[in-house]
This record gives sequence, structure tokens and C-alpha cells, in this order.
Amino acid sequence: MTEKTFMAGFGGQGIISLGQLWVYCAIKEGKQVTFFPFYGAEKRGGIARASVIVSDDEITSPLVTSADSVVVMNQDSVEIAEKLCKEGGVILVNSSLVKQDPARPDARIIHVPCNDIAIQLGDVRIANMVMMGALSKVTGAVKLDKLEAILKTFFPASKHNLIALNIAAVEGGKNAV
Amino acid sequence: MAEEIRLMKGNEAIGEAAIRAGCRAYFGYPITPQNELTAYMARHMIAKGRTFIQAESEVAAINMVYGAAATGARAMTSSSSPGISLKQEGISYLCGADLPAVVVNVARSGPGLGGISPSQGDYFQSTRGGGHGDYYTIVLAPKSVQEAADLTYEAFSLSEKYRVPVLVLADGLIGQMMEGVVLPEPIDPATLPRKPYAVGHAQEMGRDYNHVSSINLVPDELEAKNRERFQRYEVIKKELCRYEEIEVEDADIVFVAYGTSARVSHGALMMARERGLKVGLFRPITLWPFPYARIAELAAQGKRFLSVEMSMGQMVEDVRLAVNGKSEVYFYGRCGGNIPSQEEVFAEVARLLGK
Repeated sequence: MTEKTFMAGFGGQGIISLGQLWVYCAIKEGKQVTFFPFYGAEKRGGIARASVIVSDDEITSPLVTSADSVVVMNQDSVEIAEKLCKEGGVILVNSSLVKQDPARPDARIIHVPCNDIAIQLGDVRIANMVMMGALSKVTGAVKLDKLEAILKTFFPASKHNLIALNIAAVEGGKNAV
Repeated sequence: MAEEIRLMKGNEAIGEAAIRAGCRAYFGYPITPQNELTAYMARHMIAKGRTFIQAESEVAAINMVYGAAATGARAMTSSSSPGISLKQEGISYLCGADLPAVVVNVARSGPGLGGISPSQGDYFQSTRGGGHGDYYTIVLAPKSVQEAADLTYEAFSLSEKYRVPVLVLADGLIGQMMEGVVLPEPIDPATLPRKPYAVGHAQEMGRDYNHVSSINLVPDELEAKNRERFQRYEVIKKELCRYEEIEVEDADIVFVAYGTSARVSHGALMMARERGLKVGLFRPITLWPFPYARIAELAAQGKRFLSVEMSMGQMVEDVRLAVNGKSEVYFYGRCGGNIPSQEEVFAEVARLLGK
């Protein structure tokens, strides 16, 4: 099994963290992974994108150019999703911010109100984790069952109080799809 | 004990591998896309009580490497294309003085300041010496984070074994990408043997003072020195040529590609095989010495070659030298920081096969 995911949003939405945690979990689940980010020089507001692959076999090209799944976190990323999603692929759309769906009738488009769910849970910054939960449920590529232990190493000790919130966000995303 | 798999950026894995290889001294100057490597060394070399210096320029950094190498220490510098150009004079001096050193190039697009995206436009510079004078350096080209770590680790011992600098030629994708990596066993630099050619410790070791220099104003002596070095190059060519072959045996067309473009070509190979096209991949791991002999063998079997590069066509010249007119050699390249997609590489090979 190989799942090629393209993740797109704007800087500050946690696209890079989302991709890193996704492959971190996949490694702990015994998979091969590649994660290749590219982002603007801006601290916030520029483009943030990542090619992310998890596989049971050796990964060839680390560039995702024909994605099994695409994560679209903002309206500006719809165009790249239309371009990169493979025939009959899955596009997960952050419907809190994306009001116009990708024009890809062949693709399975799944709406996840990431920001709304995150705000309900108490912090809009965990919208990326909501999306990760949805991505896990829809693709089945990464189970995320080792996420809690990973977050303990991912976050510094001073942020460990946020782990429960992040887990809740992932669950919220799973339940939303 | 088996090390666990860690998730690391290529740049960081190169840094950690160098530290584990017993690198005693690192000298660098920041440049994208290799900054995480310098940053990693700043944090971890100092923590281990080893030498880290952010030099005032690339030229200073390579000359600091020369100094450290002359004392027998395992020394390293890293940069990206424009910075590597600045280091060429120092690399030439290292070669002239027969000093080992490791130089890492996380290459970006050029010429000039170019861009910060991945490129393989430094192939000529890397494999033809790069600086002035008659010399080569060993050039190792990793295709993954794991191989970047393994080859950097090995670069130090190869460099000492043959007394030539080793260049690790990665690119911005290998440096920036995260993959799983199992790191090699750490070596304590204090346990490494003293170098007989190194300066210092003459009285203690009961020998004459060593003088490390690349200068020699007597033509016959300098010629003899150069000839001795080229005999060593012949040994390296015999012992070190490394490559990987994937599904080459029954292939009609063989991709020749290294580093990132080898990964992309492997993806194109799988697309081709799914459609019944007989396509193989030949991946040089050592770019110098280049595996001419094996490519010549494959050419004699009638195989055709498609060199896939992130350049306007550089390694393809070595492929043509190896093939020597016995078969067809084609080229497909992207440049300017663009990475070819496996779809476009597949389309090119399908076109060549008339499918």
C-alpha cells in the first residue's frame, strides 16, 4: 500500500506540522515515509505545501505529482488540488475556509469544517489536527494510534498540557467524516 | 545494538552522520538550502566539545578545513552551489597537499546566484576537479536521507584511505526532505590513529617535522608528485566505482540517473513496467570515479540509454564516453530548480520506445 498525499494551505495553518506528524506516526507504524515541504519566506500568510508519502514498499519519487489524496486548507489552494489530484482521488477540503469546491467531478470531495471544529474544542490553531484525523479515517493509510507518545517528543515539556487538546482534535476530525 | 529508525531532514542526518564519523572540526557559512546542516553542527559539535566555527566566508571556511586537516583531524565543510564555487581554490590546495577532507554540496540551481531550489547543475564542477590544476576528488551522490547519512559517514574514512578530499553531492531536495534513517555507530575521534603526515607532535613521536604544502617550484618534483597522485586515482577507479542497477537485465532502454533524478526515474520505471515497457535504471553512486566500464558492457549488449538530470545535460557526456558510439544515448533534463515528475520522464521513455 502506498498513499501519496499533497497538503496545501497558507503559512501559519500548520501544514508542515501536519505533514511531519503524519509521517512520524507512519514510521512508528512500520512504514516507509518521505516528507518534502516547500514554503514561502514569509513567517505567516505565504504558501505552505508538502509532498507526503507513506508506503509499505520502497518509495521512488518523493515528489507527489499525482496524488491519491489532497488536503486543501484554504481557498487559494483549490487550484493546485485540481491539478495534482489523480483520476478518482480524494480531496479533503477545509470547508470552514474553502467556499468553492475543486472542479474535479471525478474526485471524491470530502468536507471537513476544520476551523469550526477546532474553535468548538477551544483553539483554532488545532484545525490542522482535525484535518489529520479526517485524513486518517478516509485513507486508512496511517492509523495515528501512536500519536500521543509522538506528541510527547514533538512538543517541548512546557507544551505537554496541549496534548489532550490535539488528540481531541484528531478524534473530532475522524468523527466528522 | 540496532539503532532505532529516526525521522530526520537530510541536512540534519548528514550533520549527525559526520559527528558519528568522528568529525573533529566543522567550518561553515550559511546558505540555503543547506542551513539546517550548519545549524545542526553549531548545536551538536559545541555540545560535544568539538570545534565549530561559523567562518566569515566560504573561502575562510575551506581554508580552516585545510588547517584542521593538516593537523590530522577529521574536518568538514558544507555549502550550496555558489558557496561551493567559492571553495574551489581551497579544494585545489587540499588536493595539492594530499589532505583528506569532506565537503558537502547541497546543490541549488544556477548559474550565478541562481535560485534556492534543487539542481544537478554542479556535475561538471564536481567531477572535473572544479578548481585549478590536475586533480579529481571522490564524488558520492546519495539518493535518500539514509544514503546521505551513510555516504557522509563513509566519506571520512575514504578520504583518509586515499588522501583525497571527498565531495558529497546532494541537492536541495535531499537536504530538505525528511525520511526515516538508521544512523551509523558513533566513532570517538580520540580513538582514531594519528596521521603520519600531520603537523605537530614531532618530538613526542620521535620524527622529523612535517611540512604540509601544495607548493613545489621544481617542475620534475611537482610532476612526480602529480604522477604519484594519478596512480592513486587509478587505484580509486579500480576499487571504488559504485552503482545500483534496477531491472536492467531485460531492459531496452536504461535510465541513467543519480540522486533525486534517480528516485524520479525509478518512479517512471515502475510506470513503464506496469505498461509492459522494458525499462531499467542504472544509478551511479560514485560520480567520480564514474562507472564507465559497466555502462560500456550494457551498451555492448545493445541497450540504449536515457540520461535523466536536473541540468541541461552534464552527466550525459560521461554516458556518451562510456557508450563510445556503440549504442544510442538520449537526454532528458529540467533545470532552474525544477524537478522532473515521474510522469514526464515516463512520457519521454515511452516516446523513445515508440509507445
